[in-house]
Amino acid sequence: MKGAEILIDALINEGVDTIFGYPGGVVIPIFDVLYRTDKIRFILTRHEQGATHAADGYARATGKVGVCLVTSGPGATNTITGIANARMDSIPIVVISGQVDTANIGTDAFQETDMIGLTRSITKHNYLVKSVEELPIVLKEAFYIARTGRPGPVAIDIPVNVSNAQLKNYQYPSEVSLPGYKPVTNGNPKQIEKLAQAIKTAKKPLLYTGGGIISANAEPELLALLNKTNIPIVITLMGLGSIPYDYPTFLGMPGMHGTMAANLALNECDLLIGIGVRFDDRITGKREQFARQATVAHIDIDPAEIGKVIKPHIPVVGDAKKILSELVKKVSPRPKDEWNERTLAWKNQYPMTYDQNAEEAILPQYVIDRVSALADPDAILVTDVGQHQMWAAQYYRHRKPRSFISSGGLGTMGFGLPAAMGAAVGRPGHTVITISGDGSIQMNIQELATCSINKIPVKVIILNNSYLGMVRQWQELFWDEHYSQTCLKRSPDCPPQCTGPRKDCPSVYIPDFVKLAEANRIYGYRATKPEEVDDVLKQGLSQPGPVIMEFVVKSIENVYPMIPSGKTISDVIPGRQS
Amino acid sequence: MIEKHTIIVTVVNRVGILARITGLLAQRGYNIESAIAAPTEEKDIYKIILVVKETSENIEQITKQLNKLIDTIKVTDISHKDNYIVREYIILKVGLTPRTRAEVLDLMRVFGAKPIDLATDHLIMELAGHVRKIDRFIELLKPFGIEEYVRSGEFAMTEYN
Repeated sequence: MKGAEILIDALINEGVDTIFGYPGGVVIPIFDVLYRTDKIRFILTRHEQGATHAADGYARATGKVGVCLVTSGPGATNTITGIANARMDSIPIVVISGQVDTANIGTDAFQETDMIGLTRSITKHNYLVKSVEELPIVLKEAFYIARTGRPGPVAIDIPVNVSNAQLKNYQYPSEVSLPGYKPVTNGNPKQIEKLAQAIKTAKKPLLYTGGGIISANAEPELLALLNKTNIPIVITLMGLGSIPYDYPTFLGMPGMHGTMAANLALNECDLLIGIGVRFDDRITGKREQFARQATVAHIDIDPAEIGKVIKPHIPVVGDAKKILSELVKKVSPRPKDEWNERTLAWKNQYPMTYDQNAEEAILPQYVIDRVSALADPDAILVTDVGQHQMWAAQYYRHRKPRSFISSGGLGTMGFGLPAAMGAAVGRPGHTVITISGDGSIQMNIQELATCSINKIPVKVIILNNSYLGMVRQWQELFWDEHYSQTCLKRSPDCPPQCTGPRKDCPSVYIPDFVKLAEANRIYGYRATKPEEVDDVLKQGLSQPGPVIMEFVVKSIENVYPMIPSGKTISDVIPGRQS
Repeated sequence: MIEKHTIIVTVVNRVGILARITGLLAQRGYNIESAIAAPTEEKDIYKIILVVKETSENIEQITKQLNKLIDTIKVTDISHKDNYIVREYIILKVGLTPRTRAEVLDLMRVFGAKPIDLATDHLIMELAGHVRKIDRFIELLKPFGIEEYVRSGEFAMTEYN
């Protein structure tokens, strides 16, 4: 059997039904095998970055390993951002790149790059396959490593002569032998007992959960713990949807743009139970002040996360699902008490609000609110990165796990559209909506053609404020309104030092997103007034295929509340709620 | 407080393992004082012994990250542990004159260094011992005109309990 055939057979053995990618010289042997198989759907993206994000979105939406196949050199380097993105958010993907003939490696051959060197620090593991004999076990290991323990991206670089080489007696291995890789899944019972005791004695316990709940599929166990203990809970961007938005003790997302209730609770709790979280700086703000009077428990499958940012008093290494199910058994029921009342009072005192009636222009928050009201409750919402992402996190009513997909750790603009494409391919029959900004959408807009031609029904919502809004917000708040290179309408005729929109600003936005929709042979809609929002959403969401819905929103609108970078709750800018 | 840490990393010797390990240190901007990679009594199992000057917090994080590498079996920071035998090996070339010859040979005898190659105007010798002993030996030989030396870097092994 040829190396290329072994590769495809291995993928089928691993249950792969879809590959996202792009062909090129050294992977033609592999594409020739794909030409002859009907067991794998190949989605030809328009850029390898799109393929990598699509594999990522597919993995997040389905819980399976996403797969991406590209050629060497530029094909391989174009996957770098996508790999780094998957790494930061612990998403299982396998990226397979072609490589030049082993005899030519190191000679600066045409389209040669050192893929394993480039991806070493952004993958969970990577391989250069030097002979066809290694190929079966490398593939087996790659999928095993990607999906077990703390999931993550694995890159496999396959030289063209390995794809072409024959291997006699090929059999796909049934198991791996990795003496250095044995993820701990069962939590230490003593530590779990200690945590159960701590919950019993705590006066102000708080759960702080993240993406680890979703990757462990631990939502039922988390819900059981909540139902038994009534502990107030805050959920990070990566974990949104693991508990429904209307769960009584849910206080919202914590951190820089978190709710006041979530951040006040973090500040005041005496027992903080972090599960599948990594105490990111966007959550903690000033580290020394973070939850400073709390006993901290940290449950995580990755031992290197324990103590990386905050030293916990009760560390528990293992799988969140297993640990939570043990904890639920050991913990004593806890009735709602004063602490519950106090946190609930914050939630009522500081709701997330906006006032569309006070504005002529469409408010971005209003659009998200209406999407939440009009879209199928089972819809999958995918965001890009920036202000719209935070508004989507804050104002969308998250109901289910694997239904809010966002680039958390890396903050990758251009993630939204291709990730939504991957989610839609992975979960056919579900409404998939991507909320993007006019900046982010243009970073991988070429994938509109992929969606259109493959009938991948992604509903693209663009909140167009003609700014790179999040950076503009920082410039407004912290840089004396020096709007340096954040206005996407800016032309050479503009004054050299712009400090905000004026009457003589250019009126035309380039590109025209509705025409861009037409150019891609999909429907495009635009709303410029609040009263048009519902109509556009209803029309767009009812179309069977992909659509663009552009909302021209208020250009100067900020995401609040905001705790400035490296600061604490006492420095919060509450915004409208004050 | 920045101090010297000797870290023993036991690994499966697969392509790129040394690059993975040094890469973890390099991406954090840590400088490596010395590094040895060599086979052990077990097939395909290698020990990589690193000496790094860093704070204990940073070293704790780096040992966790080293542990996380797929091909890493064990990571031990032996600093502040007294049940380890630590050694280093050196080959050293020193210039000789009739006047210095006796004194150099005398120093060698005291330290237990062995001659490898002797010529009329220079001497190549070897010495194994604790790092501090090697440092001291170099210092004492300096006045005689050291032409060149190569140090192995630190290596270590646990004592019997």
